[in-house]
Amino acid sequence: MISIDNVSKHYGSFQVLTDCTTQVKKGEVIVVCGPSGSGKSTLIKCVNGLEPFQAGTITVNGVSVGDPKTNLSKLRSHVGMVFQHFELFPHMSITDNLTIAQEKVLGRNKDEARDKGLKLLDRVGLKAHAAKFPGQLSGGQQQRVAIARALAMDPICMLFDEPTSALDPEMINEVLDVMVELAQEGMTMMCVTHEMGFARKVANRVIFMDKGQIVEDDSKDAFFGAPRSERARQFLAKILQH
Amino acid sequence: MSYQWNWGIFLSPAASGDGTYLSWMLSGLQTTILLSLSAWVIALALGSLMGVLRTVPGKWLSGLAATYVEVFRNIPLLVQLFIWYFVLPEVLPFGLGERFKQDLDPVTQQFVSAMVCLGFFTSARVCEQVRSGINALPRGQKNAGLALGFTLPQTYRYVLLPMAFRLVVPPLTSEFLNIFKNSAVCSTIGLLELAAQGRQLVDYTAQPYESFIAVTALYLLINVVVMTLMRHVENKTRVPGYLGGK
Repeated sequence: MISIDNVSKHYGSFQVLTDCTTQVKKGEVIVVCGPSGSGKSTLIKCVNGLEPFQAGTITVNGVSVGDPKTNLSKLRSHVGMVFQHFELFPHMSITDNLTIAQEKVLGRNKDEARDKGLKLLDRVGLKAHAAKFPGQLSGGQQQRVAIARALAMDPICMLFDEPTSALDPEMINEVLDVMVELAQEGMTMMCVTHEMGFARKVANRVIFMDKGQIVEDDSKDAFFGAPRSERARQFLAKILQH
Repeated sequence: MSYQWNWGIFLSPAASGDGTYLSWMLSGLQTTILLSLSAWVIALALGSLMGVLRTVPGKWLSGLAATYVEVFRNIPLLVQLFIWYFVLPEVLPFGLGERFKQDLDPVTQQFVSAMVCLGFFTSARVCEQVRSGINALPRGQKNAGLALGFTLPQTYRYVLLPMAFRLVVPPLTSEFLNIFKNSAVCSTIGLLELAAQGRQLVDYTAQPYESFIAVTALYLLINVVVMTLMRHVENKTRVPGYLGGK
């Protein structure tokens, strides 16, 4: 589904990604973790072309992301993405947030888009908030709407960029619950997150990044059981301590 | 010094033979309003376009827009007006300048030059407001739009501009007020707008106090109306749960 081959990226002389290679198969859930500044968010943004990269190739469902001839908008319309800071559109009601891209990008008619949007809103448990605006919801609620907004486009895979790291602790679970459910339904997912409980529960593989490189790419049992690199061991020891 | 106040002067017949001095004032007021509104339309359209161009990726377009702003912002309004009115018709190619001078009556020539001048001058300032509005939005908003499959123009249309314009309603209100006040400069090329009518009235009646008090009051009146209107716009477009909204 997603294939990342020897991808490198630099800003000027600063190397952000070095020779990253990994694959995500259909139905797989991959968790990407690592210390801040390790390039994990950059890597996931390269997958749908939000960040350009200078070397290597990324293909999503057979389409090359780095190819200048690729219609990136079309590709992105069926790759869902959820951001750290939700990024709902503040001037639109929740319903409009859920329907606008369906209408303007996929060309669905108003009723069809609305039905789809409300069904997904119900699924994330927020049906009662359809007429509200993003600023009137809590962080956890906004993030669930953001997930519903991405799902409304019928994505073939979902990218999560630290979806819970901007949330208050008591709201993290409501978002993770939605993500676990999605994973169990067989959605192909690539998640940048430090929620190791989530990784243990649903991940097929865990990727550990450090200084722009993929240091470990292993099954979750191997990763949590006995990480091969010293760097990953230190990282795990630090975040699992509390 | 003894000054003979005579507020009745506005109701006495004007020296031009048609109507009263009040009708001079009203015709000046009408010209000022028409001139400023039409210039505002140009300023808003052109300024928004340039403001967007200043924020798009790619050095060419943003460089072009930046140059545009520096040119129109750094030359005094009066000098720009003289260039538009006196210089440009002489240098326009394909006989356009000749046609401008021969086919249009003098009042229209003055009006068009003044309108374009005020419009371009103000557009450079609107451009900077719109640019600052777009840049004030979180960077993730653009990514969120693109990630949903919107093209870049669609992202501006549906995601960035609706919020950017809301953010800059207060500074745009100042520019809207400025354009009415700046329009007084256009009396220097002979356009009979409000300030010019006021001075003409002094020349004919020797009642400067009444005349300039009336002119001042009318400018104030215009700006009170504009301010009320813009405050209404601000309230109407306020986003619930965001920036002072409910």
